Amino acid sequence: MNSGNWQWNTFFEAFPVVVEGLGITLGLTVATYLFALIFGFVWTLLSAIRITPIRWLFRWIMEFIRSTPPLVQLFFIFYAWPMVPIVGFALDPFTSAIVGLGIHFSTYIGEVYRSGIEAVEKGQWEAAKALNFSTGQKWSKIILPQAIPPTIPMLGNYLIIMFKEIPLASTIGVAGILNLANSYGSANFRYLEPLTIVALLFLLLSYPSAILINKLERRMNRRFDKKEKSGSKPLKEEKEGAAS
Amino acid sequence: MIINAIAEIFPTLMQGLRITIEVLLGSIILGYLMAFVAGLCRLSKNPIIKYITIFYVEVFRGTSLIVQLFWLFYALPILFGISLGSDYLAGVLAIALNYGAYMSEIVRGSILSVAKGQTEAATALNMSRFQRMRLVIFPQAVRMMLPEFGNYLIQMLKATSLVSLIGMTDILYYGDILRGNNLSQAPTVYFLILVFYFIMALPLIWLTRKMETASKKGVAS
Repeated sequence: MNSGNWQWNTFFEAFPVVVEGLGITLGLTVATYLFALIFGFVWTLLSAIRITPIRWLFRWIMEFIRSTPPLVQLFFIFYAWPMVPIVGFALDPFTSAIVGLGIHFSTYIGEVYRSGIEAVEKGQWEAAKALNFSTGQKWSKIILPQAIPPTIPMLGNYLIIMFKEIPLASTIGVAGILNLANSYGSANFRYLEPLTIVALLFLLLSYPSAILINKLERRMNRRFDKKEKSGSKPLKEEKEGAAS
Repeated sequence: MIINAIAEIFPTLMQGLRITIEVLLGSIILGYLMAFVAGLCRLSKNPIIKYITIFYVEVFRGTSLIVQLFWLFYALPILFGISLGSDYLAGVLAIALNYGAYMSEIVRGSILSVAKGQTEAATALNMSRFQRMRLVIFPQAVRMMLPEFGNYLIQMLKATSLVSLIGMTDILYYGDILRGNNLSQAPTVYFLILVFYFIMALPLIWLTRKMETASKKGVAS
């Protein structure tokens, strides 16, 4: 426990250098998240295709993307995509990170959408049919308004999970906080303080967000799950849940 | 031409397979161990043990794995003047501590969700606290943990690719060398690496499904 190894002046010197990357890190998080939200919808559509072999093909592609490392996918987009004959073209590091990490997480987001849609009760679909709703009306007026809200906490969780995967982009040179900390470290031969700053920043940002999402989840559960059950017992459970 | 390229790349990537599998196995064993230890400590009545565990779990869940890996590898040796001795230990520790923290929440949640009547029944049978946990609560909790535990197997496999960043000679490390030698090979190299990981993931996906069915078996829901 030799505290002499920790240098406060290095800490204060490195702090502004590292914090400068925060904008890039947060910007990349938001951009990647939006990409994944949109692309996730594509997966949901593709895996709902009625033609079985095609549906299976897309399900397997999703499984492939989901169970292989995002770091390798990132390298594929950044180093290999420009070399792919005919269709390949070069992307800058920031865009590569959006596409590489965005595609990886879109497969998860797609599953979230799917679970939300499948959770809408069968009776609702039947009712839409019975009332002679068109496909557009059915989705916009009945299915989606019920399918989307319960998935919001899950989507929020994925935002936090993605935020923590964003520093992978430092490996291809996106100048986020981890990248700047590493450059500071190699320039000054001091890794301890800058890396600790990075860890602190992540903790400071993700911990309060996680608490917020948790609260949101509890509120959603109250609105969407327990309302359907009548009687006094669920109400009591609800109170206990809120207090703990 | 592609066949030739694959024939050239394949054996090089195979050299890294052993390290990847070694890191994966080490992480799985240590990760599950951490999950059970931290999950049980979190439920301890001793406030010191409980709050130290909460601190560990929140710190490791709140920061990135890649940051933890770099911190263990570059920063820890400076802070305490001790080196972990090997990059293998740093890699396995980072993955195991990270996923152990996530999985400890599953352990805790499962134990807490075993019906209260079970504890009461065990108390009525005059079992000690330890007996209650070992014979009644734990066996029921473990089956609830299985599906989530399976998912984390694949997460840990994906995480092993990070150890190439601290210089371990895993599949990705050899892939990067191949790319450095011949940039035009990059698409084949990285696609093959992805296929390598997918083939390793297949038994884990299968195992996860098995664990899911095992967990549902004989349970009225």
